[in-house]
Amino acid sequence: MNTNTLTRAGSPAAAHEACARCDVFRAARLRKLGVKVDRWDYVVALAGNPNTGKSTVFNALTGLRQHTGNWPGKTVTRAEGGFEYDGRRYKLVDLPGTYSLLSTSVDEQIARDFILFGQPDVTVIVADATRLERNLNLVLQVLEITPRVVLCVNLVDEARRHGLEVDARQLARDLGVPVVLTAARRGQGLAELLGAIADVATGRVACRPHRLATDPPALQPALKELTAKVETAFPGLPNARWVALRLLAGDESIIEAVRRGELGQLREPAPVAPTDQPAARQPAIVAP
Amino acid sequence: MSAQTLALQQDLLETAQRWRERIPGDLHEHVVEAIYADAMRIAARAVSRPGAAAQPTFDRWLDRVVTSRVWGFPIMAALFTLMFWITISGANVPSQALAGLLVDQIHPWLRETTTGLGWPWWLRGVLVDGMYLSTAWVVSVMLPPMAIFFPLFTLLEDFGYLPRVAFNLDALFKKAGAHGKQAMSLMMGFGCNAAGVVSTRIIDSPRERLLAIITNNFSLCNGRWPTQILIATIFIGALAPAYLSGLAAAGTVVAVASLGVAMAFAMSWLLSRTVLRGELSTFSLELPPYRPPRIGQTLYISLLDRTIFVLWRAVVFALPAGAVIWLTGNVRVGDASLAEHAVRFLDPLGFWLGLNGVILLAYLIAIPANEIVIPTVLMLTVTVTGMTDLGAGAGVMFELDDENAVASLLRAGGWTTLTAVNLMLFSLLHNPCSTTIYTIYRETGSTRWTALAILLPVVVGVVVCVGVAAVWRALQ
Repeated sequence: MNTNTLTRAGSPAAAHEACARCDVFRAARLRKLGVKVDRWDYVVALAGNPNTGKSTVFNALTGLRQHTGNWPGKTVTRAEGGFEYDGRRYKLVDLPGTYSLLSTSVDEQIARDFILFGQPDVTVIVADATRLERNLNLVLQVLEITPRVVLCVNLVDEARRHGLEVDARQLARDLGVPVVLTAARRGQGLAELLGAIADVATGRVACRPHRLATDPPALQPALKELTAKVETAFPGLPNARWVALRLLAGDESIIEAVRRGELGQLREPAPVAPTDQPAARQPAIVAP
Repeated sequence: MSAQTLALQQDLLETAQRWRERIPGDLHEHVVEAIYADAMRIAARAVSRPGAAAQPTFDRWLDRVVTSRVWGFPIMAALFTLMFWITISGANVPSQALAGLLVDQIHPWLRETTTGLGWPWWLRGVLVDGMYLSTAWVVSVMLPPMAIFFPLFTLLEDFGYLPRVAFNLDALFKKAGAHGKQAMSLMMGFGCNAAGVVSTRIIDSPRERLLAIITNNFSLCNGRWPTQILIATIFIGALAPAYLSGLAAAGTVVAVASLGVAMAFAMSWLLSRTVLRGELSTFSLELPPYRPPRIGQTLYISLLDRTIFVLWRAVVFALPAGAVIWLTGNVRVGDASLAEHAVRFLDPLGFWLGLNGVILLAYLIAIPANEIVIPTVLMLTVTVTGMTDLGAGAGVMFELDDENAVASLLRAGGWTTLTAVNLMLFSLLHNPCSTTIYTIYRETGSTRWTALAILLPVVVGVVVCVGVAAVWRALQ
């Protein structure tokens, strides 16, 4: 099997101990497994706004050549691949791009359901450095659901071309999760990204995610009762509190999933219903 | 689901409803506002602008030009014409070289070898004259144009031009009562209609998504490009002076493809005012930054993922089709072969459509894949006209020296410019291939909409072909 192992001069045994702890050195032991992921230690989800380079990161880590294109909405299904890094096997799931977890198109539902119910060990959010503020909308929503997040601020080369600098340390402090700057098209920052993924997956780094101040005290009894009822109706469901919050906000797609008893199931998207009416719409979170 | 689970779910929904009524204000908006505020604060702390913008003005300028009211459409037409012109003029030489090798040299050698080995005539017929020859044909006709067209298309995609096309077309889609993102699925349909149908998932309203699915077949897929390119080259290109023939052929192909887009608009408009009435939904389409395409990777991916994938599919369908063609050309019932019977039966209908029985039979045989229409047409023409001197007997796809040989063969088979024009129109306007039909069924989950998606283009095609034939004959 062609493992695409990156090789370095000198034998690993001879490497200095400091080198062995360095991300760049460990990245030399990246084995791209392509689609051959029959068993794995960790599941990593790749999420992010449309057209931020998720598929490029996916291809760089798995050695697969999923078609990438410079337009939002290119990936409409989940693509899976694998890699081995530092002796652990990872399954990587490339999700369709989404601006928000609160909206209703089929490709966005695929992404939302996987982050919510697929229980990935790490969720890597790929953000566009040139449009960081809007991308953070999604990051903050994901942080409400899962603490195990790595933020990959991609396209820093383009941001630099536009005269923008992103302070990764400041971001990491504010968000409470590891932040890596990458230019995936050129392969820059991927070693650091791998290191951050491994750190979160193995628990070497504990995340203290930023939480929104969304819960007014008046909401507490409602949230408490609903969360309990969600847990009874759908035992084993992660993120029952998030579901309760969405029910309170009147999210039609979540209400529908409860009604059909399909909440938390990962499936191929339902066919479009033969209906003459457009679906109930919610304002999507998309910054102008 | 047990009654108990149902009761639990019902209770949950009712509780949520009760609380919702008691909570003051709009919680959804409250959450959204909190997210916006935090995102703004955090981004402001992390992003700095030390240098002046290095180049953004160029992107902005380019966007203003390619999406302008005046230049947007001319630039689109020019870019696509250029792409087809490069494809048509570039594919000519390698196509002939491949045909010379696979058809002129390897095929006679295979016949001699198998004869020498003492194979019975029918076995040699099915395997060498049917399956091998149809496959050789598909490879030599399809591989060169695809190997040029797909990388060019992928480069354009990589550069970021497609969303600008969607932007330009959005106003038209709005007038047609359809979703602006339908432009993206339409563009994907230029590659493959099955892929185009899947890509409609980016449209969130079911009504508008159905419109996009049903009209996707109007974008000319790669299985039909070779038909258009070949017929345009030998019939339309030949009408122009030699130095302009490539451009005339490219212009014709662009015209047919544009007609397809116009049909998609017209049918969306019709459907959205009849069976698919409903509101327009709003959406935001991000115009991504222009990125210099990575030439090497683009070539590699488009050759491997698209060209080889499509070619492989064509070969898989061409193998059995070749056997079927040879059998229909050689199994005789009464005074003629099966193919001749079928062609005679279909001829009156074909005449009415401005086509002929051969073309209609070819479309029946080629339902699994549009890619093999042209090889089937050519072979059936040889069979029916009995031009055995050109090939090696009934049911054998003849040797292709150059495109003039194809032209003279087709003219001997009774083809006129009308036949060519209507074949191009019918190739654009007929039922989707079986893969696309299956994909439409899977995405819509409804036989009703699938049936509509199959019948609509056929009906449009018949109406257009009959109309063109009637007008053409009236003018002559």
